[in-house]
Amino acid sequence: MVVVGAGMVGAACALYAARAGLDVVLVDRGPVAGGTTGAGEGNLLVSDKEPGPELRLALLSLRLWAELAEPLGAAVEYEPKGGLVVASTPEALTALTDLAAGQRAAGVAAVAVGPDQLRDHEPYLAPGLAGAVRYPQDAQVMPTLAAAHLVRVSGARLETGRTVTGVLRGADGAVRGVRTDRGDLLAPAVVNAAGTWGGEVAAMAGAALPVLPRRGFVLVTEPLPPRVRHKVYAADYVADVASDSAALQTSPVVEGTAAGPVLIGASRERVGFHRSFSLPVVRELAAGATRLFPFLTDVRVMRTYLGFRPYLPDHLPAIGPDPRVPGLFHACGHEGAGIGLATGTGRLLAQVLTGENPELDLTPFRPDRFAESEEAAQ
Amino acid sequence: MPERSPVLAVIGAGPAGLAATLAAAGRGVRVVLVDSAAEPGGQFYRQPARGLGARRPKALHHQWRTWRRLRTGLDARLAAGQVTYLSEHHVWCVERESPGFTVHALLGPEQRESVALRADGVLLATGGYERVLPFPGWTLPGVVTAGGAQALLKGGLVLPGRTVVVAGTGPLLLPVATGLAAAGAKVAALVESADPRAFAHRARSLVGAPAKLVEGAGHAARLGWHGVPLRVRHTVLEAHGTERLESVTISALDSEGRPVPGSERRVLCDTLAVSHGLLPHTDLADGLGCGLDGVTVRVDEEQRTDVPGVWAAGEATGIGGAALSLAEGHIAGRSAAARLRGTTPDPGAWASAARTRTRLRAFFAALDGAYAPAARWVERVTDGTVVCRCEEVTAGAVRAAVGSLGAGDLRTVKLLTRAGMGWCQGRMCEPGVAGVAGCAPAPARRLLARPVPLGVLAEPADPPPPQ
Repeated sequence: MVVVGAGMVGAACALYAARAGLDVVLVDRGPVAGGTTGAGEGNLLVSDKEPGPELRLALLSLRLWAELAEPLGAAVEYEPKGGLVVASTPEALTALTDLAAGQRAAGVAAVAVGPDQLRDHEPYLAPGLAGAVRYPQDAQVMPTLAAAHLVRVSGARLETGRTVTGVLRGADGAVRGVRTDRGDLLAPAVVNAAGTWGGEVAAMAGAALPVLPRRGFVLVTEPLPPRVRHKVYAADYVADVASDSAALQTSPVVEGTAAGPVLIGASRERVGFHRSFSLPVVRELAAGATRLFPFLTDVRVMRTYLGFRPYLPDHLPAIGPDPRVPGLFHACGHEGAGIGLATGTGRLLAQVLTGENPELDLTPFRPDRFAESEEAAQ
Repeated sequence: MPERSPVLAVIGAGPAGLAATLAAAGRGVRVVLVDSAAEPGGQFYRQPARGLGARRPKALHHQWRTWRRLRTGLDARLAAGQVTYLSEHHVWCVERESPGFTVHALLGPEQRESVALRADGVLLATGGYERVLPFPGWTLPGVVTAGGAQALLKGGLVLPGRTVVVAGTGPLLLPVATGLAAAGAKVAALVESADPRAFAHRARSLVGAPAKLVEGAGHAARLGWHGVPLRVRHTVLEAHGTERLESVTISALDSEGRPVPGSERRVLCDTLAVSHGLLPHTDLADGLGCGLDGVTVRVDEEQRTDVPGVWAAGEATGIGGAALSLAEGHIAGRSAAARLRGTTPDPGAWASAARTRTRLRAFFAALDGAYAPAARWVERVTDGTVVCRCEEVTAGAVRAAVGSLGAGDLRTVKLLTRAGMGWCQGRMCEPGVAGVAGCAPAPARRLLARPVPLGVLAEPADPPPPQ
């Protein structure tokens, strides 16, 4: 089988498919983790997901990440640090408490933290916050290391710097492999793990998949002694993640890293593939982060980088076989959660590929679920 | 004349920025000259700090007359109110607005506060920085950059050490060696990896710039005067020392760039000043969205970048020394003054500068080919050698990222190893890491040109500069 895209999701697909006994070639026009994976923070989160199919996928994925961390934890900088979602106002706290109750019913560990206990968990938090919920299952990896090591242990054949230019199909319409700038790769199954560029790969096979980019900036500070223990973010973040608005949204996500720098995300904008710097966006991120952690005011930002999250109109990924093109499978459109959801995605896809029953219902992730609405629109 | 003269922000007060300022000021635009140093001059005309009371600063400089002309010209335009000069302003971002630009700069040595100034046009004269390639022992205290040694001497009237070896490649090594010797250091050797025969092959274009040859010959003569042994087609194999540098091993190179067996010798020294040429500063241009050709800012005949309203001149558009920077700066300043007033400039007005530019670009293109770091330098970088000093990443770690983790480009090497992620953001180590990894030396995108406090970024806007 051929996996197109050597980002986090492609790496996980390669790993679980190879473990299921398939012969895997992983092909990417760039290097490993050259797209959105290399521009992300490495969030493995349940806390930002409302009860539903994505949360189920996240819970499966985090279990699998914990398994993988047994041998690979240090290499991929796996840190089961937990998340702390803070509310600045009583209204925000009420909404957060309601969300946490629903999540708890779905199997998430969520612990209420009163305003007086906040500093026991995060000693440098700003005073005057209304309260928080702690999510012990939230974790972090270094995404580029994670993708590279998963590819390495998968034993898949890695073809970087090789561009897929077409999807080969037989007379019956079934997939026969891919055409690349350096010759054809023949296989009865092709997995589209091209992330933000997943729509282009789908189109090569004659299938429509409306993946669109949502730009995000991340700020990286100078290295610091450990001061931020959890992944800390404001409760508004959950609303932003689920939002359909094209306008800029920034809600700060602040976290320490094993290497010392503090990472500050995450803006969300729908501006196409615009790579230009935006100072107003960076200013909003900085303002949000210093509101949560006043000590950051004197800390310097060393660099800022941007990436493009791949999102689908209903904010759920496309996972599974494409009924329109036999032999074509999709594993893309994970928006800002691709690192976290990669392991579950890879496991489910491997189960489908080997004819097993997938352990989660794939109906909400059907790749052709937008076809009807597109036809209606026309 | 419009009611308000257009404002041109010139970033960098080295040769290119000063020439641009003098060319544009008094031609209907107001120039704001922004520079990070305390005194104008840049690296080339770096001035001793005033408090040091240098009696004969010209002893450290060539082209003193050119400098006097620039300085006098700047003073006259400052007095006439045509130029505002902002020293110790560290520009961290130039923002495109519609219309115009906002230049953001951190103030003074502390760099804790920021100001913003509005401009109708921006002229980037951001200069270059030194390329230093790694070798075993290069992180020992006592190993400095050649440009750093020169800056210490010009700006602080301080010698970096008593016994110095100057090594690497490029036209900077000669003036650094003669400057150090003239100031009283013992220069134990000048070690240049380039092959003199490479110059002979390029004789035709080199003849095109007699002034440069005379300058070079002058340095070479002074080298002899000070008794400095010149070792061409040689390289430093390793720097030795326990607490700090004590000696270096140098070796002759064969025509393939391999050390000649048996030619190694130890040279005792307390300082090694090393340089492998210069690289252009392109962060601000890149942040503005200006197109680059490889590692240099792309400009047209008028020194315009491909972003309307942005010009670039000097080393940022290609390494070529002070005389070329002056010519480019002059052309850019004249073009900007005309264009910002909505008129089309007459290239005839800068014909002489354009001829100088053509001649010197050809000369430096030839020189660049001649001054190449010793071939196969990568083979001599042992796995244990630290290649990224900020993050203490070894050559072995970089090679592992390429070998077993599938890194095919510099960005992935960086993400996998942290090489280039530290305080210098890869400015120091990028060429070395790229060489060891076997990748093309693509410049990293640095959207912030220098570290900025979060408290500065958290403000809705920066205040204007103090009057």
